[in-house]
Amino acid sequence: MSPSTPAKWGLRGLAFGYLGLLLLAPVGLIFYKTFEHGIGAPLDAMTTPEAVHAIQLTLLMVAIAVPLNTIFGVGCALLLVRHRSWSNGVIDAIINLPFAISPIVIGLSLYLLYGNTGWFGPTLEDLGVQMLFSWPAMVLASIFVSLPFVVREVVPVLHEIGTEQEQAASTLGANGWQTFWRVTLPAIRWGVAYGVVLTTARVLGEFGAVTIVSGSISGETETMPLFVAKAFEQFNEEAAYAGAIVLALLALTTLLLMSIGGRRAKSSGAPIPSVAEVPVPTSNTKENP
Amino acid sequence: MGITVEGARKRFGDFQALDDVSIDVPDGSLTALLGPSGSGKSTLLRAIAGLEELDAGQVVINGRDATATPAQKREVGFVFQHYAAFKHMTVFGNVAFGLKIRKWDKAKTSDRVHELLRLVQLDGLAERYPDQLSGGQRQRMALARALAVEPQVLLLDEPFGALDAKVRKDLRTWLRRLHDEMHVTTIFVTHDQEEAMDVAEQLVVMNQGRVEQSGTADELYEHPANEFVMSFVGEVNRLGEHFVRPHDMEVVLEADERTEEAMVQRIVALGFEIRVELVLADGTEVWAQLTRNELQRLELREGQIAYLRPVQAKSFNGSSPSHSPGASTPQGPKDEGDAEVSAAV
Repeated sequence: MSPSTPAKWGLRGLAFGYLGLLLLAPVGLIFYKTFEHGIGAPLDAMTTPEAVHAIQLTLLMVAIAVPLNTIFGVGCALLLVRHRSWSNGVIDAIINLPFAISPIVIGLSLYLLYGNTGWFGPTLEDLGVQMLFSWPAMVLASIFVSLPFVVREVVPVLHEIGTEQEQAASTLGANGWQTFWRVTLPAIRWGVAYGVVLTTARVLGEFGAVTIVSGSISGETETMPLFVAKAFEQFNEEAAYAGAIVLALLALTTLLLMSIGGRRAKSSGAPIPSVAEVPVPTSNTKENP
Repeated sequence: MGITVEGARKRFGDFQALDDVSIDVPDGSLTALLGPSGSGKSTLLRAIAGLEELDAGQVVINGRDATATPAQKREVGFVFQHYAAFKHMTVFGNVAFGLKIRKWDKAKTSDRVHELLRLVQLDGLAERYPDQLSGGQRQRMALARALAVEPQVLLLDEPFGALDAKVRKDLRTWLRRLHDEMHVTTIFVTHDQEEAMDVAEQLVVMNQGRVEQSGTADELYEHPANEFVMSFVGEVNRLGEHFVRPHDMEVVLEADERTEEAMVQRIVALGFEIRVELVLADGTEVWAQLTRNELQRLELREGQIAYLRPVQAKSFNGSSPSHSPGASTPQGPKDEGDAEVSAAV
């Protein structure tokens, strides 16, 4: 039974109203505030050396954390789904830790580990490696907070596609590596892509954990979210709004790149589901009437 | 030559999937593994392909011990019930997969793929994706993909199980013809006895992880080794410890010393064949298979009293065939012998 037309419109209106009030209005207002007096002021605010450095540092976080988490995530998902073992439950629970723990706590724990009195801090300092208040610790924090996304996206897709395609590949002479690249990876690519987008968004926006391990030194260890927070605290509203817009644009670019990548895969052939239907439940038992 | 399995055992947790199974599949033959679900037939097939590792036993393919050989090196063609199509590849890409793995050059691959697509009647659909094919077409594509690498043996796991009745019938006739042309040793798994008898030269009947009997369709039908085979290969009525095929159940209107009284419960016309369901005095329900002519001659009506005379009955407990068919005797051990009783029950 489908709901009657008035009920349908009512629900639709409610959804739009809710989303509009909670999401669209605040984001739209930032755009409005930023470009209220033209593009000149925000452009100036974003071309100061501190701002440029913050953008570069943010992109560096993404460039290191996202590939590492993607490789780890796909490997880990394969381990969890394809190799049944008693240890899987433990691994599965550990992977969820970053979702369960507040980023501030993650930052503090890294501070304890790599600080002057921490377990690894003194040793690394003797080796000449500066972790805290420098980019390596910030990368670690970013990896930590964004670790589960690829795993969580890929695991259900791996369950969904099953093992028959992989078994078929092996009877046709493909070894494990060939099967992964030619059969498994193409089959899970939408799960991976979705995981990458979520990971990127998380790393771009990470504040809590990074704030503690970075020391937030302007022009040195300040990512864009830290830059925005500091600008806001110093009543430099123009810079704060402009920085927020830069972050939003970076996230949008990621989404755009993914859908362009998807479309290219489509023109090279494969029928591809829209992002909305990532775990594609297709029936294998369809038959012509 | 051909395929030999010796003493295969496989256990999944508490479940004994294969319990000391040995089979012998002659070179170039078409053999069916027939059995109900859970009988171990698919496990046996997957063990031959190397997709399942045996706990004990040996698999010999064309004279070579393949027990420790991984699936990728066994050179078997395997066809799955749900096709296992590579969904992100075209029909061409699917069929070419094994050849690309073997690093064939492009022109040769293309020739071979198109040759196979003609063979499975899919030429013209090479650029389609599996989602754009019907189930029957997908299964033929899967077959072409398995055959492309010229496997030593072809293994099909319930290949027509997911298809509707009409397509299934067409495909099995077609598989039969294909096998006559290619002569590659083929084993296929099915739970459908009609399908097995229609397609295969040799049948292996499995039950609860064991081989109950193997032989030609005629041998199994005429000389079943035990109760299970008799009731699984063909229809059967049970009269006490005797088993009677419905077409060996004669319906007459007058009693004599060899008949059993029964009431006609239902008459079902299935085209030329008529299915007459009867209930005996002790409540046993049986059915007799008559022709339309016989039914007209007898003028049977539902609710009428008639008399049953088993023309041919079998019992498997080795006891003398002197019981009256209606007597309910406890079931004897099923595989002690094959006492055949002709028109004497």
